[in-house]
Amino acid sequence: MPAQPLLQFTGKSIYCSVADVHIDPWIPVDRAIITHAHSDHARWGSRHYLSHKDSEPILRLRLGQDISLQTMEYGQKFMINGVKFSLHPAGHIIGSAQVRVEYQGEVWVASGDYKLENDNFSVPFEPVKCNVFITESTFGLPIYKWQPQHEVMTEIDNWWAQNRVDGKASVIMGYSLGKMQRILKNIQLQQEPIYAHGAIFTLNERLREAGFDLPKLTLVTKETDKKLFKGALVVAPPSVDSSTWIKKFAPYSLGYCSGWMALRGAKNRRAVDQGFVLSDHVDWPDLNTAVLETGAEKVYVTHGYTAIYSRWLNENGIWAAEVNTMYGNEDENEEEEVVQDAAVASESYEQHKAALDAEIDLASTKSPMGDLGAGEGGLQS
Amino acid sequence: MKQFADLFMNLDRTNKTNAKVDLLRQYFLEASDEDKLWALTLFTGRRPSFKVNRTMVKEWAAQEANVPMWLFQESYHSVGDLGETISLLLPRTGSAGSDKSLTGWFEYLGELPKMTDEEKHAHIVNAWAQLSQHETFVFNKLLMGSFRIGVSQTLVVRALAEATETDSNVIAHRVMGQWEPQSTTFKKLILDKGENDNASRPYPYYLAYQIEGDVSDLGEPADWFAEWKWDGIRSQIIHRNNELFIWTRGEELSTEKFPELHFLAEILPNGTVLDGEIVTYQEGKPMPFNVLQTRIGRKNLSKKVLEEAPIAFLGYDMLEANGVDIRGLTQEQRRAELELLHSQVAGQSVFYLSPLIDFKEWKDLHDLHSTSREQNAEGFMIKRKAGTYQVGRKKGDWWKWKVDPLSVDAVLIYAQKGSGRRAELFTDYTFAVWGDDGKLVPFAKAYSGLTDQEIGKVDYFIKRNVIEKFGPVRTVKPELVFEIGFEGINASTRHKSGIAVRFPRILRWRQDKKAEEADTLENLKGILEMYR
Repeated sequence: MPAQPLLQFTGKSIYCSVADVHIDPWIPVDRAIITHAHSDHARWGSRHYLSHKDSEPILRLRLGQDISLQTMEYGQKFMINGVKFSLHPAGHIIGSAQVRVEYQGEVWVASGDYKLENDNFSVPFEPVKCNVFITESTFGLPIYKWQPQHEVMTEIDNWWAQNRVDGKASVIMGYSLGKMQRILKNIQLQQEPIYAHGAIFTLNERLREAGFDLPKLTLVTKETDKKLFKGALVVAPPSVDSSTWIKKFAPYSLGYCSGWMALRGAKNRRAVDQGFVLSDHVDWPDLNTAVLETGAEKVYVTHGYTAIYSRWLNENGIWAAEVNTMYGNEDENEEEEVVQDAAVASESYEQHKAALDAEIDLASTKSPMGDLGAGEGGLQS
Repeated sequence: MKQFADLFMNLDRTNKTNAKVDLLRQYFLEASDEDKLWALTLFTGRRPSFKVNRTMVKEWAAQEANVPMWLFQESYHSVGDLGETISLLLPRTGSAGSDKSLTGWFEYLGELPKMTDEEKHAHIVNAWAQLSQHETFVFNKLLMGSFRIGVSQTLVVRALAEATETDSNVIAHRVMGQWEPQSTTFKKLILDKGENDNASRPYPYYLAYQIEGDVSDLGEPADWFAEWKWDGIRSQIIHRNNELFIWTRGEELSTEKFPELHFLAEILPNGTVLDGEIVTYQEGKPMPFNVLQTRIGRKNLSKKVLEEAPIAFLGYDMLEANGVDIRGLTQEQRRAELELLHSQVAGQSVFYLSPLIDFKEWKDLHDLHSTSREQNAEGFMIKRKAGTYQVGRKKGDWWKWKVDPLSVDAVLIYAQKGSGRRAELFTDYTFAVWGDDGKLVPFAKAYSGLTDQEIGKVDYFIKRNVIEKFGPVRTVKPELVFEIGFEGINASTRHKSGIAVRFPRILRWRQDKKAEEADTLENLKGILEMYR
């Protein structure tokens, strides 16, 4: 047994000192293993990154095309300074992974964010046996019990159908990364185009380019004929409800997909017409199932109801402790992202596409086309 | 039950007035008469009690949900509503929903008071097992008499008036007063004309809006009356069939709370309804509201209380004279009726006319306005002489012109999560000012006054700057400064600061100020001295 715990909570990451590797660091480090591409787990500035291969398109989009990134398959083993690592499906979003760390016969698993239900887009969660399990607790209260996914999707289908009858647009809000792909993969798509806010459009394009099977979306721009929105589905990140962007869809019904919609208070505070209880985190029963299935004798509880859930585990015969981390701030990061993208959305499609292309060109090895594009821009300005 | 639970959830979801009225009207058109009457009972704030102990209900629910009590409490803190917490914790057995009607469930609940605790336990658990999550929530609200919903009585009346194609004034009158769903029917209460007029029934109050812009925008001063806006309890005094009824603004029949006024039964002619303010009154002038507060909550009015907080009625309107509804007369005509009546019963030390303020120009009023606090008034009421007595809050003929609230800059030091609409957000704040010893002294709690966006930002700050936890309360790094307004200030032995403020609220977030720049307890005591 090593003198220090195999993984430590240093206040800036989950750190493996033997391997000198950080998991989901929130400050720049030399070597970072990233559980998934949400911005509270994947932060900018580290020298080398390692993630599951499906996280790559988003990590490059968010952290920079030119980051040093090594990717792995699920279950593929790799050694760093004698410590054995592997990534295993976490079922949270596309490319999300639990990090299994083994050294001198001891196994730790840092699970990042996860859910047990198959969302038909990310690879479903797989339990990993371990001695020590690090779990999130975003919805670690017994009041959170999700309905089966197909029921929520039927609710969304019915809401959209009713809005078509009423001649309204259906504006549905949810996290750009994860929630929206899950919705698009599970609702009954119609023949008509699906309109998208810039934040979601960009991600969707990236994932499609990377070969993922997602429907084509239509970017909403200033030029889009407002008549087209009647009866249409519009996908948008949270917090567009307080922007002027949303006004162009009137008359519309506003839906919001989030686990927080389980509470009346949260639902009313958002002032949405319809709250859909849909989360990419484990609910209470699944959280307990997941912990039990690991067979872990020790559990560290991060972001969420840390104190409550660790007390519950201790009372139920599993040693547990709460850990303070900077995870769990998807909301806020998402909002920052929206502010940027709202600006983008007000530009025309061409400008937006040009910006996107420029970003890609900049990162790829300098092509003559890339140079030419930049040069032209310089001359015109 | 499903129909009513759906109505409740849909009402809860929208904050658009018209949408709420539509939902209510639809319900009043579709529901059975029995159910409508029960719904109306709830919507008008009547809360039948079924004699259940909340603590026991919590224990039964925790047991059914298989969670320890501490976890139940933590869940409750997060949700902020007991009925909802239970509905979320219970196993989802009855997700199909119940066929029993709202009335059926009320009858079911009606069996509770006669039961032993064990029988109650079985009765309630049996109900939970049959209900869907939303229905369980609504059922719990009925069970524990904590049914609150975001619709004002005015909206309910409007919807009911539309559904029954009846004038809304008539409906407003019919739903007021004393009635119980067990002893009347929807037809008798709402549909039948006149027959059911109950002697105790008050008229719906006419409520004023705060004046917009400057008072001179109202036009000719000669077209208007001005009165002091008294800081008391708005009341209607009714004398019909030789019986006196005193209604307060919350539509509470409070006759027995004001024995000093009972002699009016001997003096007022039958068929009289007066509108005015009950205030504590001594040495020829009203006293601050907190004196009145000392006796409002009391069940028994001791001699001491009656001596220390004597009340008077300051009348300013007359709604019924000799059994005739005179709300359609002009303000000037009604005032004349009121003055005539008062002159006939004059010499009584507890029934006064609220005096009209003599003014020629708006400027005269401006000058007097700043003396409001010395009169223990909150400002002026401005009433159009030609205006009729209307129903509810309407713009046009009555305006209130309140004095600016008192205010200090204070530091946020404690925070607690809100409930209902604001569950999961830190929205309940305690504010402090600097004491002599350089320590922050808490002096006021305030909930309202920030925009949702500001609340979001403050919540963000709090979640990252918690120093300590005490149950649901968080001690927060003292950094944010807010301007706290309040309506009154009094010395208090119950508060650490030695000061109690009335109606504290957040006027604005002083992002321009540092904590050190907040006001001191000395400043507050100075204000206290000024208005003592």
